[in-house]
Amino acid sequence: MSNATKTLVLASAVATAVAGLTTSAAAADVKCFGVSLAGENDCAAGPGTTCAGTSTVDYQGNAWTLVPEGSCETMELPAAADGTERAGSLEALERDLPA
Amino acid sequence: MTVSQSDFTASMLDPAASVPSGLQNPDGAAASKRFNVYRNNVAVSLSDALETAFPVVRKLVGDQFFRAMAGVYLRKHPPKSPLMMFYGAAMPQFLSRFEPAKSVPYLPDIAKVELALRHAYHAADTKPLDANALAAVAPDALMRTRLKIAPAIQTITSPYPIHAIYRANTVADASKPIMQPEALVVTRAGFDPEIHLINAAAASCIDALAQGQSLGEAMAVADDTLDLGATLGVLLAQGAVTEIY
Repeated sequence: MSNATKTLVLASAVATAVAGLTTSAAAADVKCFGVSLAGENDCAAGPGTTCAGTSTVDYQGNAWTLVPEGSCETMELPAAADGTERAGSLEALERDLPA
Repeated sequence: MTVSQSDFTASMLDPAASVPSGLQNPDGAAASKRFNVYRNNVAVSLSDALETAFPVVRKLVGDQFFRAMAGVYLRKHPPKSPLMMFYGAAMPQFLSRFEPAKSVPYLPDIAKVELALRHAYHAADTKPLDANALAAVAPDALMRTRLKIAPAIQTITSPYPIHAIYRANTVADASKPIMQPEALVVTRAGFDPEIHLINAAAASCIDALAQGQSLGEAMAVADDTLDLGATLGVLLAQGAVTEIY
């Protein structure tokens, strides 16, 4: 591409981008505190921003077999191009076991 | 009674370790029960923090796997900062080397998305540029124009369909992921971070702009799969451009 063509491409891209913007001014989004139902507050802030109970017990790594069993099992992603195996494997965690 | 900080930390992070020497209860004996309560609470609270921080990773691997993985993570990467909202920064690298998670190869990149969303949430507020200011720049000057990109903006490029996987696990009725490389940009137009599907070319273009390169330079960085109009459209609509210079 010549410089003139690039300039043209860029100018039309800017025009497209600006024209595509909806003119509706962003609705005044007000952050509400203290209105979430228990356990349903917005988690976007991450940890350290809510009070957590401390009555649970930490589990040892060998208490069960370490196999992913969440929704990754139902995602049904085909194997990667390099043939990487995706089936869950039964591998017990061998670290952090009590002596 | 004296206990060294390094002894205390070592015992705190090892469930099998004995009470650090010098730590006594009121009777003068080793304070094993008290120390165990403390040690348990440290592990549980950090595991809870990681659960809050990585809800989609947790959903993908299941609760049991996540708790055990968190137990390994927190002992390998105890917090370096008192700001718990940033805890878990090493999760993508950790997961990529965590043998039991190898069967879910896209997990580290999903952790990157969740970290980026959190970073965006806590990033400094910025005032978006009026798009007309960009439209008003003369075509000849556009190539040399630089855009200041808001600190909340981050791109992630992956060989896996990270945008679709994230949506499939957070949005009801989201379409099923198709195995393909995907890239996304995290934005924060108002108070809440969002992800937007882009392609790898757009991601490299946005990264170049964020590093202070001009529009002309950022165009040159990306290959011809770049849809510059759409890319600038997302940036402007999301208030990601704060200044032109």
